[in-house]
Amino acid sequence: MLYREVGQYKTTYEADHAIFPLLQDRVGIIVILALAFLVVPFTASEFVLNSMLIPILIFALAAIGLNLLTGYAGLISLGTGGFMGVGAYGCYKLAIAFPQVNILIPILVSGFFSAAVGVLFGLPSLRIKGFYLAVATLAAQFFLSWCFVRVPWLVNYNVSGAIEVPTRTLFGVPITGPNATAVTRYLVVLAIVVAMTWLASNLVHGRIGRMWMAVRDMDIAAELIGIRLYRTKLLAFAVSSFYAGVAGAMLVFLWLGASEADSFDINASFLVLFMVIIGGLGSLLGSYLGSVLILGLPIVLRTLPSSLGLPVNSATVEHLQFMIVGALIIFFLIVEPNGLARLWQIGKQKLRVWPFPY
Amino acid sequence: MNLLYQIFIDPFVQMGTAPDLLVQTLWEGLVGGVLYALIALGFVLIFKASGVFNFAQGIMVVFAAMSLVSLHAVGIPAFLALALTFAIMLALAWGVERLVLRPLVNQPDIILFMATFGLTYFLIGFGELVFGGEPKVMITDQLYLPRGAYDIKMLGGFVSLQKIDIAAAVIASLMVATLAVFFQKTRIGRALRAVADSHRAALSVGISLEQIWVIVWFAAGIVAIATGIMWGARSQVEFSLQIIALKALPVLILGGFTSIPGAIVGGVIIGVGEKLGEFYWGPLLGSGIESWLAYMIALVFLLFRPQGLFGEKIIERV
Amino acid sequence: MRAPSGEVLAGQVLLSVENVSLSFGGVKAIRDVSFDIRKGEIRAIIGPNGAGKTSLLNVINGFYQPQEGRITFRGETREKMRPYAAASGGIARTFQNVALFKGMSALDNIMTGRSLKMRRSFFWQLLRHGPALAEEVEHRRRVEEIIDFLEINAIRRVQVGRLPYGLQKRVELGRALAMEPDLLLLDEPMAGMNMEEKEDMSRFILDVNNHYGTTIALIEHDMGVVMDLSNRVLVLDYGRKIADGTPDEVKADRAVIDAYLGVAHR
Repeated sequence: MLYREVGQYKTTYEADHAIFPLLQDRVGIIVILALAFLVVPFTASEFVLNSMLIPILIFALAAIGLNLLTGYAGLISLGTGGFMGVGAYGCYKLAIAFPQVNILIPILVSGFFSAAVGVLFGLPSLRIKGFYLAVATLAAQFFLSWCFVRVPWLVNYNVSGAIEVPTRTLFGVPITGPNATAVTRYLVVLAIVVAMTWLASNLVHGRIGRMWMAVRDMDIAAELIGIRLYRTKLLAFAVSSFYAGVAGAMLVFLWLGASEADSFDINASFLVLFMVIIGGLGSLLGSYLGSVLILGLPIVLRTLPSSLGLPVNSATVEHLQFMIVGALIIFFLIVEPNGLARLWQIGKQKLRVWPFPY
Repeated sequence: MNLLYQIFIDPFVQMGTAPDLLVQTLWEGLVGGVLYALIALGFVLIFKASGVFNFAQGIMVVFAAMSLVSLHAVGIPAFLALALTFAIMLALAWGVERLVLRPLVNQPDIILFMATFGLTYFLIGFGELVFGGEPKVMITDQLYLPRGAYDIKMLGGFVSLQKIDIAAAVIASLMVATLAVFFQKTRIGRALRAVADSHRAALSVGISLEQIWVIVWFAAGIVAIATGIMWGARSQVEFSLQIIALKALPVLILGGFTSIPGAIVGGVIIGVGEKLGEFYWGPLLGSGIESWLAYMIALVFLLFRPQGLFGEKIIERV
Repeated sequence: MRAPSGEVLAGQVLLSVENVSLSFGGVKAIRDVSFDIRKGEIRAIIGPNGAGKTSLLNVINGFYQPQEGRITFRGETREKMRPYAAASGGIARTFQNVALFKGMSALDNIMTGRSLKMRRSFFWQLLRHGPALAEEVEHRRRVEEIIDFLEINAIRRVQVGRLPYGLQKRVELGRALAMEPDLLLLDEPMAGMNMEEKEDMSRFILDVNNHYGTTIALIEHDMGVVMDLSNRVLVLDYGRKIADGTPDEVKADRAVIDAYLGVAHR
């Protein structure tokens, strides 16, 4: 009864093409955004911001990127970690080279570096499909991982082999570096992620989203309709890697404050892929849900037993984490291959007709 | 100019001036290739017979090795432990069929592929929980596997062939031959190939999918045990070993996903290519290039022959 | 519901296929076939199974490249047609096994047919509001005309994978029509339909030909439909052309009768 759409008629095609056609959805989004921007900064603890909200947002962005490539365009990629790394190191080089430029610019420009690398490793997609393309992206991942460790130029020949994030400010307030508070970093991340989600949403609801889905569903038919397969696939690689790159840059500059050589290895690629699978392939909401679940799980596993009075050591927690994530993947693939996002949709359907069963 | 010399001339000069080193490197590459081929074999078995790309093959290798070593560590004699490990792998095959494959029958291959990711992670966590995460030593002596090496004088120097490596090559060849015959000549082998082509069609001619899958995954489990023993004998038994399974992918690309002999050929090509590249060109680029060299080789190959050396050319029909 | 029969349409040649041969490995699918299609006509291509009819459409479409022969479309001669050239040149088609985008709704499927005509760049797509949305709405209007024409209004938001077979075929026709093609290739549009559905589909095909002036080539097995709808018929057997003429001429042709009755071939 709460969620009924009866009475909400659309009289123009513009209105029908709105992204949130239902009033309840529009209200819901505004409420969530208001909470995120106005309430959370004042009420959330440093721990919650640093260990949960900031990384969840950053990985959600990376998951959106991968979702565009794998969920919408149907191109499997195991190279997300590497592309995130390109963004991080690119941002670092830019930030050091142009210290007077507002840090937001290197963060966003580094996305273009990632996009270029993504397109480079996407070039084989003209001739290679499916599993084989996944292997090509693995080649990218391993090669890039090796570069991050072996190319000292990337870290400005720093002896430790890691990036140390310099302090940069925005409107006089430090947003990167040791002096940046969790709240300021959270707000910057939130703003960037919300804006880029909006752009992604625009893309997938229009001509480009349809082209990607056509290529995913039946590329032969898509080609015979006049869709240029190669350009469409490369565009997917470019946009997806752009998102991954920005996420990587934010990971280092706005969350960790430093980089480790294995922040962007094959495990990162798998992490993001699992977020996309569990959250729902082909769903932007799913990218968020997947991120929440995958990143929230270790925290729940760590804090829940102790709050219930059961002692659990951290190694066991990690083992359990692997087991649960693995089991969840299998579970979701069996029960709901479209992930949490579909479950959410089904829930909304039920709300529409509640209290009736159908 | 100097760079061109370094890339195109110098390595070959080095090969020529120390031919015994070249032979040693080639042998190391061959051995590495045989071991990759063993892992690839497990992939091919499952893919050929069920159409599933079993990403979890690597962790199955580690799991098998871990079981064997841990059983022995609690006092069970070596060959009994081996038999018990067989039983464990059979149980694993049965479990996977019941809990993962059966519910996902008729789903597109990509879903099954992703399910094996989940299986991998689950087994990593479960294995570490049960066996503990520290590296262990393979029980080579107790299994009567040879130790030591043959040192052969040749080409002005020494070439050292580890006996365990020779044993590995022999065992791998035997497995390949047996499996190739099995698939081509026996009734069950034909049924396995039918299932790989189409689940539905196989069901409709009365092939019991469940039995087939258990058989296949158990066979892959046996290959995993052999692989685990060989790999474990050369280094230690530890969970990070499972990432080596990813190396099997370039092998499969070269050899084709469904060809048993292709696994060996692909394995050897990758193994040798990798070792030569690492030894002679590695110093140029920095160490550690073996982490990606195999993939680059495979990638270049894919560009020219998307179906691999032995794979079937796919003709798309509309 | 009868098209003028026995009457030669005074249209010019829109597409001509000359001495085309196609083989896959050792199998010769098309052997030295030549024929043409005149603008504004409905051309049927018939023949027993495996005669090479679908392969012929695939060659015209650019999906297969023939080993020999030439294709002249709208005055331009090519040895090999490419999919993009065919599509942008105004050739659209439907498929034997419905080739819809199963993950999208009927409306979205038909909208993909407008892909060639939607020009707003990536930059505007990012913003959506403004020129991109205006273009989307403009094409939505055209697509809605097609939806009205094919009477599929009620199912426009349904995911096509869930639709019954007959409706899927209609959506696929809609997608082809959305391309505003000069030449429409239909591969067994009536397969698997009952009497009523066939009548509907025949009506749509005739309307498309009359109303939009679209030239149509269709592969069909139902002889009644072929005789009623088409202006000229091409008959293939074992990859070769064995007859070419009006429906009445073809019906009486000895070679055609032999082929269908299964008289042994040399």
